[in-house]
Amino acid sequence: MIELGQHAQFIIWAYVGVFAGLLALVSWTLLDARRTQRRLEALGDPRRDGKS
Amino acid sequence: MSIETSPKQSWWNRLAHPGQFVIWTRPFILPLAILTAVLLALGVWFAFFNSPADYQMGDTVRIMYVHVPTAWLSQFVYATMAVSALGTLVWRHPMADVSMKAAAPLGAAFTAMALFTGALWGRPTWGTFWEWDGRMTSTLVMLFIYLGIVALWRAFDDQLRAARVVAIFTLVGAVNIPIIKFSVDWWSTLHQPSSVFRADGPTMPGSILTPLFIMFFAFTFLFATLQLLAMHTEVKRRRVMTLERRAARGEAA
Amino acid sequence: MSGFLAVLRRELRLALRGGGEVLTLLLFFVIVGAIVPFAVGPDKALLARIAPGIVWIAAFLSMLLGLDRLFRPDGEDGTLSLYRLADLPLVAVVAAKVIAHWLTAALPLIVASPFLALLLAMDGETLLRTIVSLLLGTPALAAFGGIGAAVTVATRRGGLIAPILIAPLCVPVLIFGVGAISPLGGPDQASAAMLFLAALSLMALALSPFAAALAIDWGED
Repeated sequence: MIELGQHAQFIIWAYVGVFAGLLALVSWTLLDARRTQRRLEALGDPRRDGKS
Repeated sequence: MSIETSPKQSWWNRLAHPGQFVIWTRPFILPLAILTAVLLALGVWFAFFNSPADYQMGDTVRIMYVHVPTAWLSQFVYATMAVSALGTLVWRHPMADVSMKAAAPLGAAFTAMALFTGALWGRPTWGTFWEWDGRMTSTLVMLFIYLGIVALWRAFDDQLRAARVVAIFTLVGAVNIPIIKFSVDWWSTLHQPSSVFRADGPTMPGSILTPLFIMFFAFTFLFATLQLLAMHTEVKRRRVMTLERRAARGEAA
Repeated sequence: MSGFLAVLRRELRLALRGGGEVLTLLLFFVIVGAIVPFAVGPDKALLARIAPGIVWIAAFLSMLLGLDRLFRPDGEDGTLSLYRLADLPLVAVVAAKVIAHWLTAALPLIVASPFLALLLAMDGETLLRTIVSLLLGTPALAAFGGIGAAVTVATRRGGLIAPILIAPLCVPVLIFGVGAISPLGGPDQASAAMLFLAALSLMALALSPFAAALAIDWGED
């Protein structure tokens, strides 16, 4: 890691915050997708759309 | 209005059918996700290891590489929503509803991130986390608008009805956002005649532009990926709702 | 035109007769303004400085509070569905309702604002400017409020959402409204703010009935 100067903590917190946010956003989207897919399968969707 | 019995199978019509849309766009998701991941990794590497500190701001310039892309997305996502709203109102395109609904929480998240990084950037450069500066204030108002739209979506039970009403509100917001921006700028210059330090210097060396551009595209592709994924989920959720309604009707009968 | 006037007359009669709701809003406006000194202290100089802001905030809050009765009662008892079928275009009905809303929810506040000005140690000239800026700015608040109420009328639990949706849109109204009173940027800035405020009100009043009518029309059925 390079030297970040006197404001290192702000830079690191900005990146940590943004990537935590991105991670939360991605995992929420994936979780939502999986949950809906599972619900769809539980209902026995008669019309399959492409996916096995 | 004439009723066509055999609709033309143009790409537009194909995209208008939710199931077809999912089939057509599913192959895009994985490549987009991989591209996003590669660009993000490259961008972070450039941001930390292969770019110099700015001579004026020092190393805090590195916050810019996440701040500018999120701030860009906070406006780009609203533009996406406004175009989708037009699609809903003018062409009654079924996927426009879905796109509008998927974009709202994403836009709120990116706007919140822009505010967060802006505050962390402001502390070392302006000496305060929050400055009632024109841009930060109008971004905050944007966040409120996004959250209001998300709340409006959730207030409706019937999603088709919600789509049209939210589309109207989204367009009202789109007309108002320039006015809000103008008024906030006017207000902040009124209250602080000595303008605060602004980061948009006209000359940026290429070594700073490289990571900025990479991050810019990484975030934009990330939004595209998440948007497509969320749209697919929304299509499935509507299918679930239809099936549940049908099941309930079957049990009642 | 006669239909428009009939709707306007009906709205006014309902508002004036309906159990003193106008008085309640008025009381809310005065109480919000009168409660601020308890929070910031009775320092007259400070109060006089922030008085325009307080008056505007109080007017803003009381107009938001009155929003829910704009379309919801008519939506619930089916009058709104009848309006949709009427010969009179829905836009005209909405415009009449917005005007009636302004007459019953904003005009009383403006009439009562001298009382608040007295409590907040406002001087005569500022009071005059406050009244003019309220007169110019509250139509925009009523118009935006009309959009908010129309957008949420089809929801079952929209009562709280309308103020949340509308508040960000009203930021320019508050900025120019207070800017037109306070001499922060000198007299020419204040008169510029006054003009912006009038432009905003005219634009909002002209466009909002269309948006609100569309929202009601498509949010029903």
